[in-house]
Amino acid sequence: MMSNLYPLLVIAVVLFVVLNLAAGLIWVERRLLALWQDRYGPNRVGPFGLGQIAADSIKLFLKEDWIPPFADNPVFVLAPAIVVATALISFAVVPFAPGFVIADLNIGVLFLLAMSSLGVYSVVLAGWSSNNKYSLLGGIRAAAQMMSYEVFMGLSLLGVVILAGSFRFTDIVEAQRGMWFVIPQCLGFVLFLIAGVAETRRLPFDLAEAESELIAGFHSEYSGMKFGMFFVGEYIGVILISAAISLLFFGGWLGPVLPPALWFATKTMFFICLFILFRAALPRPRFDQLMSWGWKVMLPLALVNLLVTGAVVLART
Amino acid sequence: MLSLVRSLWEVFRHAFARRVTVQYPEQKAYLSPRYRGRIVLTRDPDGGERCVACNLCAVACPVDCISLQATEDEHGRRYPEFFRINFSRCIFCGYCEEACPTYAIQLTPDTEMGEYKRNNLVYEKADLMIDGPGKYPDYNFWRVAGVAIGGKGKGQAENELAPVDTHSLMP
Repeated sequence: MMSNLYPLLVIAVVLFVVLNLAAGLIWVERRLLALWQDRYGPNRVGPFGLGQIAADSIKLFLKEDWIPPFADNPVFVLAPAIVVATALISFAVVPFAPGFVIADLNIGVLFLLAMSSLGVYSVVLAGWSSNNKYSLLGGIRAAAQMMSYEVFMGLSLLGVVILAGSFRFTDIVEAQRGMWFVIPQCLGFVLFLIAGVAETRRLPFDLAEAESELIAGFHSEYSGMKFGMFFVGEYIGVILISAAISLLFFGGWLGPVLPPALWFATKTMFFICLFILFRAALPRPRFDQLMSWGWKVMLPLALVNLLVTGAVVLART
Repeated sequence: MLSLVRSLWEVFRHAFARRVTVQYPEQKAYLSPRYRGRIVLTRDPDGGERCVACNLCAVACPVDCISLQATEDEHGRRYPEFFRINFSRCIFCGYCEEACPTYAIQLTPDTEMGEYKRNNLVYEKADLMIDGPGKYPDYNFWRVAGVAIGGKGKGQAENELAPVDTHSLMP
Protein backbone atom coordinates (compact mmCIF):
# COMPACT_ATOMS: atom_id res chain seq x y z
CA MET A 1 0.00 0.00 0.00
CA MET A 2 2.72 2.43 1.00
CA SER A 3 4.68 1.67 -2.15
CA ASN A 4 1.65 2.63 -4.22
CA LEU A 5 1.14 5.88 -2.41
CA TYR A 6 4.78 6.98 -2.51
CA PRO A 7 4.81 8.12 -6.18
CA LEU A 8 1.61 10.09 -5.58
CA LEU A 9 3.23 11.75 -2.60
CA VAL A 10 6.28 12.62 -4.68
CA ILE A 11 4.07 14.08 -7.42
CA ALA A 12 2.13 16.15 -4.89
CA VAL A 13 5.30 17.46 -3.25
CA VAL A 14 6.95 18.28 -6.59
CA LEU A 15 3.86 20.08 -7.88
CA PHE A 16 3.47 21.99 -4.61
CA VAL A 17 7.10 23.05 -4.48
CA VAL A 18 7.45 23.94 -8.16
CA LEU A 19 4.20 25.89 -8.49
CA ASN A 20 4.76 27.80 -5.26
CA LEU A 21 8.34 28.54 -6.19
CA ALA A 22 7.19 29.75 -9.62
CA ALA A 23 4.72 32.13 -7.99
CA GLY A 24 7.30 33.19 -5.43
CA LEU A 25 9.81 33.95 -8.17
CA ILE A 26 7.68 36.93 -9.20
CA TRP A 27 8.57 38.46 -5.85
CA VAL A 28 12.16 37.17 -5.87
CA GLU A 29 12.79 38.60 -9.30
CA ARG A 30 11.34 42.00 -8.48
CA ARG A 31 13.26 42.23 -5.22
CA LEU A 32 16.54 41.12 -6.82
CA LEU A 33 16.18 43.45 -9.79
CA ALA A 34 15.48 46.25 -7.34
CA LEU A 35 18.52 45.28 -5.27
CA TRP A 36 20.78 45.51 -8.31
CA GLN A 37 19.22 48.78 -9.36
CA ASP A 38 19.65 50.31 -5.88
CA ARG A 39 15.93 50.26 -5.17
CA TYR A 40 13.79 48.30 -2.69
CA GLY A 41 11.17 46.67 -4.88
CA PRO A 42 7.87 45.47 -3.41
CA ASN A 43 8.39 45.67 0.37
CA ARG A 44 5.02 46.89 1.62
CA VAL A 45 2.61 43.94 1.61
CA GLY A 46 3.40 41.72 4.57
CA PRO A 47 6.89 40.91 5.89
CA PHE A 48 9.57 41.76 3.30
CA GLY A 49 6.73 42.32 0.83
CA LEU A 50 6.07 38.58 0.65
CA GLY A 51 2.34 39.27 0.57
CA GLN A 52 2.95 40.69 -2.89
CA ILE A 53 2.84 37.12 -4.19
CA ALA A 54 -0.71 36.66 -2.92
CA ALA A 55 -1.70 40.15 -4.03
CA ASP A 56 -0.37 39.55 -7.55
CA SER A 57 -2.09 36.18 -7.85
CA ILE A 58 -5.42 37.57 -6.63
CA LYS A 59 -5.10 40.43 -9.07
CA LEU A 60 -4.40 38.09 -11.98
CA PHE A 61 -7.30 35.78 -11.08
CA LEU A 62 -9.79 38.61 -10.74
CA LYS A 63 -8.87 40.40 -13.94
CA GLU A 64 -11.19 40.23 -16.88
CA ASP A 65 -10.31 37.23 -19.03
CA TRP A 66 -10.70 38.86 -22.40
CA ILE A 67 -10.49 36.90 -25.62
CA PRO A 68 -10.32 39.28 -28.57
CA PRO A 69 -13.09 38.67 -31.13
CA PHE A 70 -10.56 38.39 -33.95
CA ALA A 71 -8.52 35.67 -32.21
CA ASP A 72 -8.63 32.01 -33.14
CA ASN A 73 -10.50 30.98 -30.02
CA PRO A 74 -9.59 27.30 -29.29
CA VAL A 75 -5.90 27.76 -30.13
CA PHE A 76 -5.81 31.02 -28.22
CA VAL A 77 -7.06 29.26 -25.09
CA LEU A 78 -4.86 26.22 -25.56
CA ALA A 79 -1.57 28.06 -26.03
CA PRO A 80 -0.99 29.25 -22.44
CA ALA A 81 -1.85 25.80 -21.10
CA ILE A 82 0.84 24.15 -23.24
CA VAL A 83 3.72 26.15 -21.82
CA VAL A 84 2.83 25.30 -18.22
CA ALA A 85 1.98 21.67 -18.96
CA THR A 86 5.20 20.90 -20.84
CA ALA A 87 7.33 22.63 -18.24
CA LEU A 88 5.61 20.74 -15.42
CA ILE A 89 5.88 17.40 -17.25
CA SER A 90 9.64 17.96 -17.57
CA PHE A 91 9.88 17.91 -13.79
CA ALA A 92 8.87 14.24 -13.88
CA VAL A 93 12.48 13.27 -14.57
CA VAL A 94 14.19 15.76 -12.23
CA PRO A 95 15.52 14.02 -9.11
CA PHE A 96 15.30 16.28 -6.06
CA ALA A 97 17.18 13.86 -3.83
CA PRO A 98 18.28 10.22 -4.16
CA GLY A 99 15.07 8.24 -4.73
CA PHE A 100 12.87 11.34 -4.70
CA VAL A 101 11.93 11.46 -8.38
CA ILE A 102 8.62 10.87 -10.15
CA ALA A 103 9.95 8.85 -13.09
CA ASP A 104 13.63 7.93 -13.17
CA LEU A 105 13.68 7.41 -16.94
CA ASN A 106 16.81 5.97 -18.50
CA ILE A 107 16.47 8.68 -21.18
CA GLY A 108 15.81 11.46 -18.67
CA VAL A 109 18.01 14.05 -20.40
CA LEU A 110 16.34 13.44 -23.76
CA PHE A 111 12.90 13.61 -22.15
CA LEU A 112 13.72 16.93 -20.52
CA LEU A 113 15.07 18.37 -23.77
CA ALA A 114 12.05 17.13 -25.73
CA MET A 115 9.52 18.50 -23.26
CA SER A 116 11.15 21.87 -22.88
CA SER A 117 11.32 22.21 -26.66
CA LEU A 118 7.61 21.45 -26.92
CA GLY A 119 7.07 24.65 -24.99
CA VAL A 120 7.81 26.62 -28.13
CA TYR A 121 4.50 25.44 -29.56
CA SER A 122 2.80 27.51 -26.94
CA VAL A 123 4.59 30.67 -28.06
CA VAL A 124 4.12 30.04 -31.76
CA LEU A 125 0.45 29.15 -31.39
CA ALA A 126 -0.16 32.14 -29.14
CA GLY A 127 1.45 34.42 -31.70
CA TRP A 128 -0.47 32.83 -34.54
CA SER A 129 -3.90 32.70 -32.94
CA SER A 130 -3.74 36.28 -31.67
CA ASN A 131 -4.20 37.54 -35.24
CA ASN A 132 -1.95 40.45 -34.47
CA LYS A 133 1.11 41.23 -36.52
CA TYR A 134 3.33 41.95 -33.54
CA SER A 135 2.27 38.71 -31.88
CA LEU A 136 2.94 36.83 -35.07
CA LEU A 137 6.38 38.42 -35.37
CA GLY A 138 7.07 37.38 -31.79
CA GLY A 139 5.94 33.85 -32.51
CA ILE A 140 8.10 33.60 -35.62
CA ARG A 141 11.10 34.94 -33.73
CA ALA A 142 10.50 32.43 -30.96
CA ALA A 143 10.33 29.57 -33.43
CA ALA A 144 13.53 30.59 -35.20
CA GLN A 145 15.34 31.21 -31.92
CA MET A 146 14.28 27.86 -30.47
CA MET A 147 15.33 25.95 -33.58
CA SER A 148 18.78 27.49 -33.56
CA TYR A 149 19.41 27.26 -29.83
CA GLU A 150 17.82 23.85 -29.38
CA VAL A 151 20.48 22.33 -31.62
CA PHE A 152 23.52 23.20 -29.57
CA MET A 153 21.61 22.87 -26.33
CA GLY A 154 21.36 19.15 -26.95
CA LEU A 155 24.92 18.94 -28.28
CA SER A 156 26.37 20.76 -25.28
CA LEU A 157 24.88 18.12 -22.99
CA LEU A 158 26.34 15.22 -24.91
CA GLY A 159 29.75 15.78 -23.33
CA VAL A 160 28.18 15.18 -19.92
CA VAL A 161 26.39 12.12 -21.22
CA ILE A 162 29.66 10.72 -22.62
CA LEU A 163 31.43 11.23 -19.29
CA ALA A 164 28.58 9.74 -17.26
CA GLY A 165 27.77 7.00 -19.77
CA SER A 166 24.04 7.39 -19.19
CA PHE A 167 21.06 9.57 -20.02
CA ARG A 168 19.57 8.94 -16.60
CA PHE A 169 19.75 11.92 -14.25
CA THR A 170 20.49 9.88 -11.13
CA ASP A 171 23.41 8.15 -12.90
CA ILE A 172 24.75 11.48 -14.12
CA VAL A 173 24.65 12.91 -10.58
CA GLU A 174 26.25 9.81 -9.09
CA ALA A 175 29.02 10.02 -11.70
CA GLN A 176 29.95 13.43 -10.27
CA ARG A 177 30.96 12.06 -6.85
CA GLY A 178 34.64 12.59 -7.66
CA MET A 179 34.39 15.87 -9.55
CA TRP A 180 31.59 18.12 -10.73
CA PHE A 181 31.18 17.96 -14.51
CA VAL A 182 31.51 21.73 -14.71
CA ILE A 183 35.30 21.30 -14.51
CA PRO A 184 35.88 18.94 -17.44
CA GLN A 185 32.86 20.32 -19.28
CA CYS A 186 33.21 24.05 -18.59
CA LEU A 187 32.67 24.89 -22.26
CA GLY A 188 29.60 22.65 -22.32
CA PHE A 189 28.34 24.40 -19.17
CA VAL A 190 28.66 27.86 -20.69
CA LEU A 191 26.96 26.72 -23.90
CA PHE A 192 24.14 25.03 -21.97
CA LEU A 193 23.67 28.10 -19.79
CA ILE A 194 23.35 30.36 -22.84
CA ALA A 195 21.04 27.91 -24.57
CA GLY A 196 19.02 27.57 -21.39
CA VAL A 197 18.46 31.30 -21.17
CA ALA A 198 17.39 31.29 -24.81
CA GLU A 199 15.17 28.27 -24.19
CA THR A 200 13.25 30.02 -21.43
CA ARG A 201 13.02 33.18 -23.57
CA ARG A 202 14.48 35.23 -20.74
CA LEU A 203 16.44 38.39 -21.20
CA PRO A 204 18.79 38.89 -22.99
CA PHE A 205 17.15 36.37 -25.33
CA ASP A 206 13.58 37.59 -24.97
CA LEU A 207 13.26 38.60 -28.60
CA ALA A 208 9.91 36.85 -28.83
CA GLU A 209 8.63 39.22 -26.18
CA ALA A 210 10.75 42.34 -26.73
CA GLU A 211 8.44 44.83 -25.06
CA SER A 212 10.33 47.77 -26.51
CA GLU A 213 9.93 46.71 -30.13
CA LEU A 214 7.12 44.13 -30.34
CA ILE A 215 4.84 45.45 -27.56
CA ALA A 216 5.25 42.17 -25.60
CA GLY A 217 5.20 40.06 -28.78
CA PHE A 218 3.39 36.77 -28.56
CA HIS A 219 1.34 37.60 -25.45
CA SER A 220 0.28 41.16 -26.24
CA GLU A 221 -3.35 40.05 -26.74
CA TYR A 222 -3.47 38.02 -23.53
CA SER A 223 -4.93 39.22 -20.27
CA GLY A 224 -5.86 37.93 -16.85
CA MET A 225 -4.82 34.46 -15.87
CA LYS A 226 -3.97 33.43 -19.45
CA PHE A 227 -1.25 36.04 -19.37
CA GLY A 228 -0.41 34.78 -15.90
CA MET A 229 0.02 31.27 -17.29
CA PHE A 230 2.71 32.49 -19.68
CA PHE A 231 4.45 34.10 -16.74
CA VAL A 232 4.18 31.02 -14.56
CA GLY A 233 5.34 28.89 -17.48
CA GLU A 234 8.35 31.12 -17.95
CA TYR A 235 9.25 30.88 -14.28
CA ILE A 236 8.78 27.11 -14.23
CA GLY A 237 11.10 27.03 -17.24
CA VAL A 238 13.68 29.05 -15.32
CA ILE A 239 13.43 26.65 -12.37
CA LEU A 240 13.69 23.69 -14.73
CA ILE A 241 16.80 24.94 -16.52
CA SER A 242 18.42 25.90 -13.21
CA ALA A 243 17.64 22.47 -11.80
CA ALA A 244 19.04 20.84 -14.95
CA ILE A 245 22.24 22.90 -14.73
CA SER A 246 22.78 21.97 -11.09
CA LEU A 247 22.06 18.29 -11.84
CA LEU A 248 24.17 18.01 -14.96
CA PHE A 249 27.14 20.20 -14.11
CA PHE A 250 27.17 20.90 -10.37
CA GLY A 251 26.54 17.51 -8.82
CA GLY A 252 22.84 17.92 -8.05
CA TRP A 253 22.19 16.84 -4.47
CA LEU A 254 25.82 15.90 -3.76
CA GLY A 255 27.47 17.92 -1.03
CA PRO A 256 28.79 17.64 2.53
CA VAL A 257 26.87 18.03 5.82
CA LEU A 258 23.56 19.42 4.58
CA PRO A 259 20.75 17.05 3.49
CA PRO A 260 20.75 16.26 -0.26
CA ALA A 261 17.49 18.06 -1.09
CA LEU A 262 18.84 21.24 0.52
CA TRP A 263 22.02 21.09 -1.55
CA PHE A 264 19.94 20.67 -4.68
CA ALA A 265 17.66 23.56 -3.71
CA THR A 266 20.62 25.81 -2.93
CA LYS A 267 22.34 25.13 -6.24
CA THR A 268 19.09 25.59 -8.16
CA MET A 269 18.34 28.84 -6.36
CA PHE A 270 21.82 30.10 -7.21
CA PHE A 271 21.21 29.61 -10.92
CA ILE A 272 17.74 31.16 -10.69
CA CYS A 273 19.40 34.24 -9.23
CA LEU A 274 21.97 34.13 -12.03
CA PHE A 275 19.10 34.16 -14.54
CA ILE A 276 17.72 37.26 -12.85
CA LEU A 277 21.18 38.85 -12.86
CA PHE A 278 21.31 38.27 -16.62
CA ARG A 279 18.06 40.13 -16.91
CA ALA A 280 19.33 42.98 -14.77
CA ALA A 281 22.62 43.41 -16.60
CA LEU A 282 22.55 42.36 -20.22
CA PRO A 283 21.17 44.17 -23.26
CA ARG A 284 19.06 42.38 -25.83
CA PRO A 285 20.95 41.45 -29.04
CA ARG A 286 19.65 42.24 -32.49
CA PHE A 287 17.82 39.34 -34.08
CA ASP A 288 20.45 38.74 -36.79
CA GLN A 289 23.18 38.79 -34.12
CA LEU A 290 21.23 36.21 -32.16
CA MET A 291 20.97 33.96 -35.20
CA SER A 292 24.57 34.31 -36.30
CA TRP A 293 25.87 33.63 -32.78
CA GLY A 294 23.71 30.55 -32.56
CA TRP A 295 24.76 29.02 -35.84
CA LYS A 296 28.26 30.40 -36.40
CA VAL A 297 29.71 30.45 -32.88
CA MET A 298 27.75 28.29 -30.49
CA LEU A 299 27.07 25.33 -32.74
CA PRO A 300 30.72 24.87 -33.87
CA LEU A 301 31.87 25.28 -30.26
CA ALA A 302 29.42 22.62 -29.12
CA LEU A 303 30.64 20.27 -31.85
CA VAL A 304 34.28 20.89 -30.91
CA ASN A 305 33.43 20.27 -27.26
CA LEU A 306 31.72 17.01 -28.17
CA LEU A 307 34.62 15.86 -30.39
CA VAL A 308 37.29 16.66 -27.81
CA THR A 309 35.36 15.02 -24.98
CA GLY A 310 34.77 11.93 -27.08
CA ALA A 311 38.43 11.75 -28.10
CA VAL A 312 39.64 12.10 -24.49
CA VAL A 313 37.25 9.44 -23.24
CA LEU A 314 38.28 7.11 -26.07
CA ALA A 315 41.95 7.71 -25.42
CA ARG A 316 41.51 6.85 -21.74
CA THR A 317 39.78 3.53 -22.31
CA MET B 1 31.82 38.45 -24.57
CA LEU B 2 34.18 39.73 -21.87
CA SER B 3 32.33 43.02 -21.74
CA LEU B 4 29.16 41.08 -20.93
CA VAL B 5 30.88 39.35 -18.01
CA ARG B 6 32.18 42.71 -16.86
CA SER B 7 28.72 44.28 -16.94
CA LEU B 8 27.34 41.28 -15.04
CA TRP B 9 29.96 41.90 -12.35
CA GLU B 10 29.33 45.63 -12.26
CA VAL B 11 25.60 45.09 -11.81
CA PHE B 12 26.20 42.44 -9.16
CA ARG B 13 28.33 44.86 -7.15
CA HIS B 14 25.29 47.10 -6.85
CA ALA B 15 23.87 44.54 -4.44
CA PHE B 16 26.09 46.19 -1.83
CA ALA B 17 25.46 49.77 -2.86
CA ARG B 18 23.26 52.16 -0.93
CA ARG B 19 19.65 52.18 -2.07
CA VAL B 20 18.41 55.51 -3.30
CA THR B 21 14.73 54.95 -2.59
CA VAL B 22 13.12 57.28 -0.06
CA GLN B 23 10.66 55.15 1.92
CA TYR B 24 7.96 57.75 1.53
CA PRO B 25 5.33 57.65 4.25
CA GLU B 26 7.95 57.04 6.95
CA GLN B 27 10.77 59.06 5.41
CA LYS B 28 9.97 62.27 3.65
CA ALA B 29 11.97 63.93 0.93
CA TYR B 30 13.19 67.48 1.59
CA LEU B 31 11.08 70.03 -0.27
CA SER B 32 12.58 73.49 -0.54
CA PRO B 33 10.67 76.45 0.96
CA ARG B 34 10.05 77.66 -2.58
CA TYR B 35 8.39 74.37 -3.55
CA ARG B 36 5.10 74.91 -5.34
CA GLY B 37 2.59 72.87 -3.32
CA ARG B 38 -0.65 73.54 -1.49
CA ILE B 39 -1.78 77.18 -1.80
CA VAL B 40 -2.45 79.26 1.32
CA LEU B 41 -3.73 82.74 2.08
CA THR B 42 -1.49 84.53 4.58
CA ARG B 43 -2.03 87.24 7.15
CA ASP B 44 -0.28 90.47 8.12
CA PRO B 45 2.11 90.50 11.08
CA ASP B 46 -0.83 92.22 12.85
CA GLY B 47 -3.13 89.34 12.05
CA GLY B 48 -5.25 91.03 9.39
CA GLU B 49 -5.97 89.46 6.05
CA ARG B 50 -3.45 90.38 3.39
CA CYS B 51 -5.71 89.65 0.44
CA VAL B 52 -7.21 92.81 -1.03
CA ALA B 53 -9.44 90.91 -3.49
CA CYS B 54 -7.82 92.50 -6.53
CA ASN B 55 -8.59 89.42 -8.66
CA LEU B 56 -5.11 89.43 -10.21
CA CYS B 57 -4.53 85.82 -9.12
CA ALA B 58 -7.78 84.71 -10.68
CA VAL B 59 -6.83 86.49 -13.89
CA ALA B 60 -3.32 85.05 -13.92
CA CYS B 61 -4.54 81.50 -13.28
CA PRO B 62 -4.18 79.55 -16.53
CA VAL B 63 -6.76 76.94 -15.52
CA ASP B 64 -9.26 79.30 -13.89
CA CYS B 65 -9.30 77.45 -10.62
CA ILE B 66 -9.49 80.54 -8.39
CA SER B 67 -12.75 82.36 -7.82
CA LEU B 68 -13.40 85.15 -5.34
CA GLN B 69 -15.77 88.00 -4.58
CA ALA B 70 -14.44 91.36 -3.35
CA THR B 71 -16.08 93.37 -0.62
CA GLU B 72 -15.13 96.16 1.83
CA ASP B 73 -15.11 96.33 5.59
CA GLU B 74 -16.12 99.33 7.69
CA HIS B 75 -12.59 100.85 7.43
CA GLY B 76 -12.70 100.79 3.66
CA ARG B 77 -10.33 97.81 3.42
CA ARG B 78 -11.06 95.51 0.56
CA TYR B 79 -11.11 91.82 1.34
CA PRO B 80 -12.56 88.73 -0.33
CA GLU B 81 -16.09 87.79 0.70
CA PHE B 82 -15.33 84.27 -0.43
CA PHE B 83 -12.16 82.85 -1.84
CA ARG B 84 -12.29 79.43 -3.44
CA ILE B 85 -9.56 77.35 -5.09
CA ASN B 86 -10.51 74.18 -6.92
CA PHE B 87 -7.44 72.01 -6.39
CA SER B 88 -8.68 69.34 -8.77
CA ARG B 89 -7.99 71.89 -11.49
CA CYS B 90 -4.97 73.65 -10.02
CA ILE B 91 -1.71 72.88 -11.79
CA PHE B 92 0.50 74.46 -9.11
CA CYS B 93 2.18 76.77 -11.60
CA GLY B 94 2.60 79.55 -9.04
CA TYR B 95 1.39 82.33 -11.36
CA CYS B 96 -1.10 83.46 -8.71
CA GLU B 97 1.73 83.93 -6.22
CA GLU B 98 3.71 85.95 -8.78
CA ALA B 99 0.69 88.08 -9.64
CA CYS B 100 -0.26 88.83 -6.05
CA PRO B 101 0.61 92.49 -5.16
CA THR B 102 0.28 91.93 -1.40
CA TYR B 103 2.07 88.58 -0.90
CA ALA B 104 -1.27 87.22 0.30
CA ILE B 105 -1.46 84.07 -1.82
CA GLN B 106 1.56 81.77 -1.42
CA LEU B 107 2.49 78.24 -2.41
CA THR B 108 3.86 75.96 0.30
CA PRO B 109 6.02 72.81 0.31
CA ASP B 110 3.11 70.50 1.12
CA THR B 111 1.84 67.97 -1.37
CA GLU B 112 -0.19 65.61 0.80
CA MET B 113 -3.67 66.69 -0.10
CA GLY B 114 -5.21 63.50 -1.52
CA GLU B 115 -8.97 63.06 -1.14
CA TYR B 116 -11.44 60.29 -1.87
CA LYS B 117 -14.13 62.70 -3.03
CA ARG B 118 -13.49 65.24 -5.73
CA ASN B 119 -15.66 67.81 -4.00
CA ASN B 120 -13.31 67.81 -1.06
CA LEU B 121 -10.61 69.28 -3.28
CA VAL B 122 -12.47 72.57 -3.47
CA TYR B 123 -10.90 74.66 -0.71
CA GLU B 124 -12.87 77.54 0.74
CA LYS B 125 -11.37 80.63 2.36
CA ALA B 126 -11.41 79.01 5.80
CA ASP B 127 -9.38 76.08 4.45
CA LEU B 128 -6.89 78.35 2.69
CA MET B 129 -6.32 80.97 5.39
CA ILE B 130 -3.35 80.43 7.70
CA ASP B 131 -2.48 82.36 10.85
CA GLY B 132 1.04 83.44 9.91
CA PRO B 133 2.65 85.71 7.36
CA GLY B 134 4.19 82.88 5.30
CA LYS B 135 7.41 83.62 3.46
CA TYR B 136 7.35 87.40 4.13
CA PRO B 137 7.24 87.80 7.91
CA ASP B 138 7.54 91.61 8.14
CA TYR B 139 5.47 92.72 5.19
CA ASN B 140 2.23 94.57 5.83
CA PHE B 141 0.60 95.89 2.68
CA TRP B 142 -1.61 98.44 4.36
CA ARG B 143 1.37 99.90 6.25
CA VAL B 144 3.34 100.56 3.07
CA ALA B 145 0.52 101.44 0.70
CA GLY B 146 -0.52 105.05 0.30
CA VAL B 147 -4.19 104.29 0.58
CA ALA B 148 -6.21 105.85 3.38
CA ILE B 149 -8.07 103.34 5.49
CA GLY B 150 -9.62 103.52 8.91
CA GLY B 151 -6.89 104.14 11.52
CA LYS B 152 -4.30 105.30 8.95
CA GLY B 153 -4.63 108.44 6.93
CA LYS B 154 -2.78 109.41 3.77
CA GLY B 155 0.92 110.00 4.29
CA GLN B 156 1.14 107.90 7.46
CA ALA B 157 2.51 104.78 5.89
CA GLU B 158 6.13 103.68 6.43
CA ASN B 159 8.60 105.71 4.31
CA GLU B 160 5.70 107.77 2.96
CA LEU B 161 5.86 111.55 2.66
CA ALA B 162 2.94 113.68 3.67
CA PRO B 163 0.55 114.36 0.79
CA VAL B 164 1.38 117.30 -1.44
CA ASP B 165 -0.69 120.38 -0.63
CA THR B 166 -2.12 121.16 -4.06
CA HIS B 167 -3.27 124.59 -2.88
CA SER B 168 0.24 125.76 -2.09
CA LEU B 169 2.76 126.88 -4.69
CA MET B 170 5.76 126.21 -2.45
CA PRO B 171 7.99 123.32 -3.55
